[in-house]
Amino acid sequence: MTAMPKFTRRSFLISSAAVGGGLALGLRLPPFGPAVVRAADGSPEITVWVAIRPDNTTLIRAVRAEMGQGTITGLAQLIAEELDCDWSKVTIEYPTPGESVARKRAWGEFSTGGSRGIRQSNEYVRKGGAAARMMLVQAAANQWKVPAAECTASASVITHKPSGRKTTYGKVAEAAARLDQPKDVPLKDPKTWKIAGKPLKRLDTAKKVNGTMIYGMDLKMPGMLNAAVKDCPVFGGKVKSFDAGRVSAMTGVRKVVQVGDSGVAVIADTWWNAKTALEQLPVVWDEGPNAKISSADIAEVLKAGLDAEQAFVGNQAGDAKNALAGAAKRIEAVYSYPFQNHACMEPMNATVRYTPERCEMWGPTQNGEGAFAQVLEASGLSADKVDVHNVMLGGGFGRRGTYPDDYVRQAVLIAKQMPGTPVKMIWSREEDMAHGKYHPVMQCKFTGGLDASGNLTGLHMRLSGQSILASVRPEVIQAQKGRDPLSFQGVFESGEHSFGYTVPNLLIDHAMRNTHVPPGFWRGVNINQNAVFIESFMDELAEAAGQDPLEFRRKLMAKHPRNLGVLNAVANRIGWTKPAPKGVYRGLAQMKAFDSFVAAACEISVQGGNKVKVHRIVAATDPGYAVNPAQIERQVAGSFVYGLSALFFQECTVKDGRIEQTNFHQYNSMRIAQMPKVETILMPTGGTVWGGIGEPTICVAAPAVLNAFAKATGRRIRSVPLKNHGIELV
Amino acid sequence: MRLTINGKSHEVDVDPTTPLLWVIREQVGLTGTKYGCGIAQCGACTVHVNGLPVRSCSIPVSAVSGAKITTIEGLASGKTLHKVQKAWLDHDVPQCGYCQSGMIMAVAALLKSNPNPSDADIDAAITNICRCGTFQQVREAIHMAAKAA
Repeated sequence: MTAMPKFTRRSFLISSAAVGGGLALGLRLPPFGPAVVRAADGSPEITVWVAIRPDNTTLIRAVRAEMGQGTITGLAQLIAEELDCDWSKVTIEYPTPGESVARKRAWGEFSTGGSRGIRQSNEYVRKGGAAARMMLVQAAANQWKVPAAECTASASVITHKPSGRKTTYGKVAEAAARLDQPKDVPLKDPKTWKIAGKPLKRLDTAKKVNGTMIYGMDLKMPGMLNAAVKDCPVFGGKVKSFDAGRVSAMTGVRKVVQVGDSGVAVIADTWWNAKTALEQLPVVWDEGPNAKISSADIAEVLKAGLDAEQAFVGNQAGDAKNALAGAAKRIEAVYSYPFQNHACMEPMNATVRYTPERCEMWGPTQNGEGAFAQVLEASGLSADKVDVHNVMLGGGFGRRGTYPDDYVRQAVLIAKQMPGTPVKMIWSREEDMAHGKYHPVMQCKFTGGLDASGNLTGLHMRLSGQSILASVRPEVIQAQKGRDPLSFQGVFESGEHSFGYTVPNLLIDHAMRNTHVPPGFWRGVNINQNAVFIESFMDELAEAAGQDPLEFRRKLMAKHPRNLGVLNAVANRIGWTKPAPKGVYRGLAQMKAFDSFVAAACEISVQGGNKVKVHRIVAATDPGYAVNPAQIERQVAGSFVYGLSALFFQECTVKDGRIEQTNFHQYNSMRIAQMPKVETILMPTGGTVWGGIGEPTICVAAPAVLNAFAKATGRRIRSVPLKNHGIELV
Repeated sequence: MRLTINGKSHEVDVDPTTPLLWVIREQVGLTGTKYGCGIAQCGACTVHVNGLPVRSCSIPVSAVSGAKITTIEGLASGKTLHKVQKAWLDHDVPQCGYCQSGMIMAVAALLKSNPNPSDADIDAAITNICRCGTFQQVREAIHMAAKAA
């Protein structure tokens, strides 16, 4: 299964742009024949990933987005490793999607979701570094008139071993840039890595501790104005009318505009003035057919899907229905998972300058090419007149990477009404809460069958709920004859999200029930609810069988050695077979996600039946390869903040067709006092497939705690968030 | 209205009800102080007013006229980083970093009033939201900064 299938509309736009473009939009392409392509500062490009400056510093190119996950540092480590350059002299340059399009997508995918940043570009960026090293060494060998095989490179210095002569990358870069790129580019054995695989510091921290890092929110341009925007609070609604005259004389206001058919914006000198005026702007909405829908209505629709006849099959073995009919003991349970907002710390924003000759967007995006396609579409200009400049993201978590990019489109539509003036559009937190791309809502009904010895002989897992792809990639649904393969993340028949248990008679199917609330890719995506469902129910089955939950799982995992590996690792470290301290209870969970294997075991205590303290979490990850263990440790620890915030606090409810929660006071997020101690076990086992890091661990946070809670209290909680059950995190 | 920010005097012409955050960002032009929620929930906008941590999104600028305001840009002494900034750098604390200006300002204020805080002191004083989840590194770096002279 491909988690994020090819985006055909964008691919079409990009490839047609590449054919028609041919212009270098910043990089200086030579007009004739083989010559040197230069970086913005004039230094010669050796390969598309590497330019070397005369002062022997290295410019490494990156196109994946940095949103805190450390991808840029990791990718630079991989390139620097193969390049054998001086790590202390590395700086990063970010080619734009426009530049990439003009060079036939020389830098490949920009999209940074699905934990793909490193795992799916590692090979070509490493080859880009290795090829550059080979060319630099060859250039030195040519100068010395010696065989390249007699030369070695280390820390940006090339040495001719027999004679002891030395030169630097900086000195031979011009000559190297004129050489043909080698076709056969061998890569180093990861066991020999000196830069990659090491817990190096991030490259972008200095500016994050003194306030100088520029996020989209912070952009300043000469003559820039600011816009505050409000879209119809009911999804699918439209603007009927608005009375611009009532606010046009307010302080700083320059213009009041409609944005598409569903939004209004005030453009003013400052954002505060724009927002103040927008709040006073009388708007009449046509709320459309969804104006009466509530969470209860949606829940009813999903509930009906739990027993519906028609459903798409994601995983099947034997004959589950027969096995369940003949089981010695049958266990049933129904679970549910709510809509959730990403709540990036930096609300959505984008700055756009439009003229009929050129439209450019500066702002945070997880997918530069998707944003490029969006600017292209919204501006109506051709690809050679459009570009996107990514800046540091104040959090992404999947919110800022899905075409159509609602906020990018809005910013273009606003700027088009102020030609020549850069306009920075910023969403208030309230707008960000009201117009998310929400974690899909899902219910799940299990029927499990045990034989007389407590073996799991049959399992039916029926999902009922929303499909993300039906909303954002309908062509995939079409190709799958209506099925959304992504709905089965973590329980699928094969691939990067395959099920980690062998059950002789198994049926996992999905009754697709879409809602008017727009879904999106929320860090971890569908593994979140699927892990809560299956890993909670595994404990329920174990209890019904009178068995230890770890032992019960192990019996189903003989054919899943890497799942078992991480599960055993956390069980051993937490001391599963030894008694827990008095009043402390343990739970565990495991999953394969984004081609990584993850497991968590936790220790909690519960006061008064509802006050949960998570004391300790042990988390194991087998991503195949580890590019920066220190950053992986930070991603794993942070995953529990995101995952446990979702478990305890977070639900977006629907009333009158709109989201009820408006800000963090109703949509809480964990604070430092609630943070458990997280111990990370990083256990990469190699192989041909690289796993992701940013998302997988999220999904084991919640079920591990739910299982411990059930053990502590005897209460099995089957719906998220726990605040709805009167349960607090302390 | 006259404001003293990071030791410099600024004359600003704004409605006195404008939140300090937006005066700092849009009038004075210092963008290190961040907007996260606008209702004093997240702490991304934390600055020091007369040495005390204040969530600048929820205080009108008129309330701080004449006060000594310090933002993240003014925390270091010239080129010498504040010990909290140094600990943050040494311990590689920020992920996306958006909330960290406010986090660092809150921690700097804590260490001023309580130079060697216990974990419980940290829990009580630091209530900023970080969606990336840097709390484990934040706690470790606070203890590092406390140990630094």
